[in-house]
Amino acid sequence: MKAKKAALPYLVWMLLFTVVPLGLVAYFAFTDDTGRFTWNNILRIGEFIPTLWESIKLGGIATVFCILLGYPMAYIVSRSKAHVQQTMVMILMLPMWMNFLLRTYAWMTLLEDTGLINSLLQLLGLPAAHMINTPGAVVLGMVYNFLPFMILPIYSVMVKIDVRVVEAAQDLGANALQVFRRVILPLSIPGICSGVTMVFVPAVSTFVISKMLGGSLNMLIGDVIEMMFVGSSLNFNLGAALSLVLMILILICMAVMNHFDDDADASGGILL
Amino acid sequence: MGNDCLIELKNIDVSFDGEQILHDLNLTIRDGEFVTLLGPSGCGKTTTLRLIGGFLQPDRGDVLFAGKRVNEIPPHKRQVNTIFQKYALFPHLNVFENVAFGMRIKKKPKAEIQKKTEEMLELVNLKGFGKRSVNSLSGGQQQRVAIARALANEPRVLLLDEPLGALDLKLRKDMQVELKKIQQQLGITFIFVTHDQEEALSMSDTVVVMDKGIIQQIGSPEDIYNEPKNAFVADFIGESNIVDGVMRQDRLVEISGVQYPCVDSGFAKDEPVDVVVRPEDIDVVTAGTGFLTGVVTGITFKGVHYEMIVDVDGFKWMIQSTDMEPVGKTIGLHIEPDAFHIMKRSEYSGKFGDYSTFSDEMDEDQQPDEVIN
Repeated sequence: MKAKKAALPYLVWMLLFTVVPLGLVAYFAFTDDTGRFTWNNILRIGEFIPTLWESIKLGGIATVFCILLGYPMAYIVSRSKAHVQQTMVMILMLPMWMNFLLRTYAWMTLLEDTGLINSLLQLLGLPAAHMINTPGAVVLGMVYNFLPFMILPIYSVMVKIDVRVVEAAQDLGANALQVFRRVILPLSIPGICSGVTMVFVPAVSTFVISKMLGGSLNMLIGDVIEMMFVGSSLNFNLGAALSLVLMILILICMAVMNHFDDDADASGGILL
Repeated sequence: MGNDCLIELKNIDVSFDGEQILHDLNLTIRDGEFVTLLGPSGCGKTTTLRLIGGFLQPDRGDVLFAGKRVNEIPPHKRQVNTIFQKYALFPHLNVFENVAFGMRIKKKPKAEIQKKTEEMLELVNLKGFGKRSVNSLSGGQQQRVAIARALANEPRVLLLDEPLGALDLKLRKDMQVELKKIQQQLGITFIFVTHDQEEALSMSDTVVVMDKGIIQQIGSPEDIYNEPKNAFVADFIGESNIVDGVMRQDRLVEISGVQYPCVDSGFAKDEPVDVVVRPEDIDVVTAGTGFLTGVVTGITFKGVHYEMIVDVDGFKWMIQSTDMEPVGKTIGLHIEPDAFHIMKRSEYSGKFGDYSTFSDEMDEDQQPDEVIN
C-alpha cells in the first residue's frame, strides 16, 4: 500500500505530461485543421519516407560507432582499480556538464570550411576538406553527444561480472579471447541493449545536431517535425502524424533489441 | 596410489601490498593423493592453491608440475582445474553448457561432448538437470555442477577451495563422502583447502597444517592428531590440554614438580617441553588415587560423552568421559604413559591448551563462517 501511495505523485505527473500529450498527438494525427477525422495525415507520410530512412540510417550508424568506441572503453574502466574507475567515469561524464547546444556549436567552429581544422590543414599545406553540412558531420555530432549513454550502461553491467567467473573460464582452458567471447561478451549484452536504446532513440529523433552540423541538405525527421510546429511549413496535424510514426518505428526497434536481450538471458546457448 | 611426485613447491615467498603471505614454503604432492591444506583464515592456504592453479606467481621460488617449472604458465594451459569457493558457475549458461564449457573450448566433437557431459552429470547425481538454469539450483546442486564442470576437463589435479563452506552440516557430510568416493573412483590428485579440521581428518591421505604462511606440520591424519609437532597443531586439530613440562630423561617428563613416565624420547636432558594430553585419554578415578586431583567446574553433555572442565591447582583441564561427575566434586585423574605426547617448545608455547576461558559458544565464534584470503 505504502509503495503505491508513494508512486502517486509520479502517476499524476505521468498522466498530465505523458498520457494526455500522447493522446493529443494521436488526436492531431487523425484530424485536419478543422478538427474532423481524417486519414490524410497518415497517408502523406509516404512523402517523408526518404527522410525517415535517412534518420534511421544515420542514427543506426552513430549507434554502431558508439558501440565500437564505447564497449572497449567500458571494459577498460570496469577492469581498473576502484578509485581509478571513479575518476574515469567522472571524466566520461564531464562533457555532459556543458550545455548540449554549446558543445554542438563548438563542433561547428571546428568543422566549418574556414574552421579550426581546415585552418590547421592549410597551415600544414594540406588541401582543405569539406566537412560541415555532410551526413558524416551529423553522425560525428551524434556519436560525440551520445557516447556517454552507451558507455555507462555497459560499464555498470561489466563491473558486476564476478572476477571468479572469469577465473573459472581461464581455469577451464579459455585464453583471453575465448574468455571475452564466451563469458564477458554474453554477460554484457544487457548493457549493450540499454546503451543502444539510450543512443539510438535520441539520435533518430534529433533535430539540433542535424540542423547545426548537417545544414539544409541533411534534414532528418526531427527537423521536419520541428518545421511543422514552429517553422516555415506550419502543420500541427501532419507533424503529429510524423511523430506518431516515428514513435512506432522506435518502439519496433526497441522490441527487436529486447528480444536479443531475452535471448541472451534465457537461451543458455553460446551467442556467437 | 602412485608414489611419484606430481607437484612441487620450492622455497615459495608470496606477498601482497608489503604483507608476506607465504614464507619459504616447501611442499610435495604425489600423484593420486588427497591432500588437504588446513589452517585458520589468513594462513595462506588459498594463496597456495592459487599458486598451483596459476592465478598467482610467487615472488620467489618455483612451482613444479611433473618435474617442469610452471611459474609463468597461465591457468588455461595447466592440467589443473579448480572448484571455487562460491562455485563461480557461468550465469548465462545452463547446467549442460556449464559442464560442457571446457570441452567446447577444446573443440571436442559434439557427440563426445554430449556423452561426457551426461556422464559427468550422472557422476554428481544431476542426471536430467542439463536444461536447467544454474540460478534455479540449490547450493548443493550448484556445487555438484561445479564439480562436474571441473572433472569434465579430465584434469590431473583438482583444486578445491573450501568447496563445502557454504553448505549446511548435513549436506556437507554427504558431499565429503561423495568427494572422497569420486577421488578414489577417478584416481586423480585432489588438493583440498579447508579450515574445518574434522573435514580434513576424515577425507585426506595427507594433511598440511598451515598458520601465518608457514607449514606447521605435514602428515597423515593419524600423525597430525596423535603426534602434533607444536602447540598450534595440537590445539587446531581436536581438543588438547597443553601443559609446560621438563624432559628429565628419556621416557620421563616432569610436570609441576611431579615426574611421570611417558613413551617419548630423543630430547635433551632437562629440556623444557610442551606436553599434550588429549581429553579422551584421561581417566577419572577416585580422588587421591590418580596422578592429579582436581575439582569439576563445568560439565557439558555431548551425546557420546560428557565434557568436563577440571581445575587442578588453577590449570583447567578438559576431560571427556562417559561417566558424569557433578560440578564441585573432587576427583582424581589418571593418565597412561602413552597418553602423554611431548613436543618441542615453539612460538606457540603457552598460547593454547588451557581451558580456563573455555566455553562452547566461544569455540563456535572462533570458527569463521567464511574465509577469504
